[in-house]
Amino acid sequence: MKELLVVEDLDVRIGGSHILQGVSFAVPASGVTALLGRNGAGKTTTLRAVLGLVPRTGSVRFAGTELTGLRTHRIVRQRIGYAPEDRGVFAGLTVAANLRLAERDRRPLYDLVYELFPELRTRAAQRAGTLSGGQQQMLALARALLNDNRMLLVDEPTKGLAPRVVTEVAAVLQRAAATVPTLLVEQNLAVVRRLTDRVVVLDQGRVVHTGSLPSSPDRLRTLLGVGA
Amino acid sequence: MRRSLVVVWLALLAALPFTTLVLPGLLPGPVNSPGSLQLLALCLVFAGFAVTYDLLFGHTGLLSFGHALYVAAGSYTVNIAVTRLHLGWPVALACAAAVGLVLPLALGAVALRVRGIAFAMVTLAFAQVGSILVLSARITGGEEGLSLVDIPAPVAGVANTANLYWLALAYLVVVVGVVHWSIRSEPGRVWRALGDNELRVTVLGLSPYRFRLLSYVLSAFLATAGGVVHLLLLGGSTPQITTSAFTVGLLVMTVLGGAGSRWGALLGGILYTYLDQRLAGLAGSTAVAGLPAALRLPLSQPQFLLGALFVLVVFFLPGGLAGLGRHLPGFAGLSRRWRRA
Amino acid sequence: MSTLVLLTLTGLGLGALYFLVASGLSLIFGLADVLNFAHGLFLAVGAYGTWWTGRHLPYPAAVGCGVAAGAVLAVLVELTMIRPLYGRPMRQVLVTVGLAAAGIALLSAVWGTDPVPVAKPRWAAGTTHLLGATVPNDRFLLIGAALAVLAALLLFLRRSRYGLVVRAGVEDRSMVTALGIDVRIAFTLVFAIGGAAAALAGGLAATYFGSITPGLGGTMLLFAFIVVVIGGMGSVIGSALAAALVGLVQQFANYYAAAGVGEASAVLLLAVVLLVRPGGLAGRPA
Repeated sequence: MKELLVVEDLDVRIGGSHILQGVSFAVPASGVTALLGRNGAGKTTTLRAVLGLVPRTGSVRFAGTELTGLRTHRIVRQRIGYAPEDRGVFAGLTVAANLRLAERDRRPLYDLVYELFPELRTRAAQRAGTLSGGQQQMLALARALLNDNRMLLVDEPTKGLAPRVVTEVAAVLQRAAATVPTLLVEQNLAVVRRLTDRVVVLDQGRVVHTGSLPSSPDRLRTLLGVGA
Repeated sequence: MRRSLVVVWLALLAALPFTTLVLPGLLPGPVNSPGSLQLLALCLVFAGFAVTYDLLFGHTGLLSFGHALYVAAGSYTVNIAVTRLHLGWPVALACAAAVGLVLPLALGAVALRVRGIAFAMVTLAFAQVGSILVLSARITGGEEGLSLVDIPAPVAGVANTANLYWLALAYLVVVVGVVHWSIRSEPGRVWRALGDNELRVTVLGLSPYRFRLLSYVLSAFLATAGGVVHLLLLGGSTPQITTSAFTVGLLVMTVLGGAGSRWGALLGGILYTYLDQRLAGLAGSTAVAGLPAALRLPLSQPQFLLGALFVLVVFFLPGGLAGLGRHLPGFAGLSRRWRRA
Repeated sequence: MSTLVLLTLTGLGLGALYFLVASGLSLIFGLADVLNFAHGLFLAVGAYGTWWTGRHLPYPAAVGCGVAAGAVLAVLVELTMIRPLYGRPMRQVLVTVGLAAAGIALLSAVWGTDPVPVAKPRWAAGTTHLLGATVPNDRFLLIGAALAVLAALLLFLRRSRYGLVVRAGVEDRSMVTALGIDVRIAFTLVFAIGGAAAALAGGLAATYFGSITPGLGGTMLLFAFIVVVIGGMGSVIGSALAAALVGLVQQFANYYAAAGVGEASAVLLLAVVLLVRPGGLAGRPA
């Protein structure tokens, strides 16, 4: 299967910490690839490094284009959608304004977005800061799905959400990933299992496992420090 | 710089009033003439001010826009005590010392409750209030300033300019000595750490607030002392030393020389003060008067040249002039920053 | 009663000037994290530009020239001095400090440090009777101009795409770039807006005070800082309210207490707000 995103020797230092120590992996051109690891392993930093939001060395090739020399906005204009860990919605702007800001293409996919997230249409005039956690997550995903992207980077979309909402988010991701390859950071293994079998596991800034998600609980505990 | 080298420089500086060396263009007369000594003394005093400012800004990482307040406090307190209230010099000096301790303690305790830009603005606010008070009160002489009436005999009169020079030198030596010593001490290392990694300091169980306050008070006290020397040097106090422009001048000196480096602020203070004083004289000289307007006009303003120089330094030489030392073998010691804890 | 009216309108007039300077400063700091000391220079350029062209052109055109000069200078400064230092806020601040000193010195070199008298247009020199008070018309000029700029800014921020970018960028600059938007264009834009507004303040101040000096920007800048802090960085409405407050406090305190008390009160108000609520009245929390 062709590789869409190839990360090689990605190295990030912030403050005095060596957060990523030569991370290498590839994301194929379809389906979901999950990026797993304990807290502090460097998962979020990896996504941010791909987008150029943190200074990094190494190589990041997306569909053949080297990204490390480009500014963030140019990287995103390579048609990469991003839903960050803290949602990143602009609290002072309305839901509609948040979406409008995210428009990149000439014909943004509002039909798709409103079909997936009907609440965003009814709450269009509401200030995003007054939305619930789940609604903000929907908005963050909507922004990423609004444009015709070639890849999605999604960071812990189910964090802090009620179980019912988690299921909804997983369903949305499943649907999105059917057409757009996705690199997903996620701690909830049930969600991961539902979406994919392909994982990259980080530990202390290094890749320690790539391939299938192990089924044995012991192996999982070693890799991730948690049970299934 | 090695200690022996420091001693050599000190001896050279101390010996200057004894030489009749003439440096045409650089100094208004022979080195030991009152005019030249006055200029040199001013450079030394401002170098001292710059070093006190660097302790705060370059070393502890506190950007203050109100440092002038303490210089003015020293100058005006002694001046008012002697000239208006007719207290003797010993009492006046004691008052200045008290003010130099209590004022920064009170103001710093309040200002240091916020950080960064907010701190800078609060210090600016306090200094501005001081400036307004000085301008509007009658006891301070208002806009015209206050001339010092009872100058102690050893430093009175043009003939004793050499003594004023040595006083300024002594002040600089004391400031440099105290600041360098304090930076090497335990609190000094905490100050440096506060600039780099405040969390580490807190984790060690130390209170960042207390250490910052210590740095603030020490820096202000030394500046107040310098204010007294400044008073003697100029024979009076003017409101100009209360302004934020004065503090900005100290900031420029520090950055020009190299903030946080060992000798940067000192060099910056001497160079800036020298240029500021001498360039003003250059503007009136016949050489400049003959130039076409496009050149003559900018050159006639020392602040233009200094401002432009400052912008160039910030752009291309962020380590200041001391940072240049890294590239010149003999001067490598100048750029050496303080060793980390 | 007539004193009250006069004091209020004068205070609001002063507040209008503060708002014009502070609005740009607030946006620049809120969006780009730059504490722009050169803002006083933009004001001075506007003042001298208005005065200089005002000797040959009708008043509105002269003010327009002053505003254009301020805007152009601001854009040049942003492109050549601020943008290259992106990501290094301390050096950006220092550069603006040096630029302000050099620029003001240059103005002194060309036009001297003595106050340059500026002629008032005839209708601004007149007065209007309002509620028993005789109010000089220039107060209304200032207030009117500030209200117009306030309306224009709000329209820009709420209705235009780049206004949206600015509002979002004030909240979270890096997220804006993560949406594929080159936020640096917004930086240049707020500098241009700030420069224009400050230059307008300079042109109007020239009329209001009757004379200008190169250092005019310095005093105004201090009060603009106060207004920005009290009103909250990045908030235009906050700046407007704070400017009105500061202007009124200054006028009333100076009149009922003593000269100087007004300025001191404004400055103390700054300190109090910073200590109690570092984010200002309407801005981001701390």
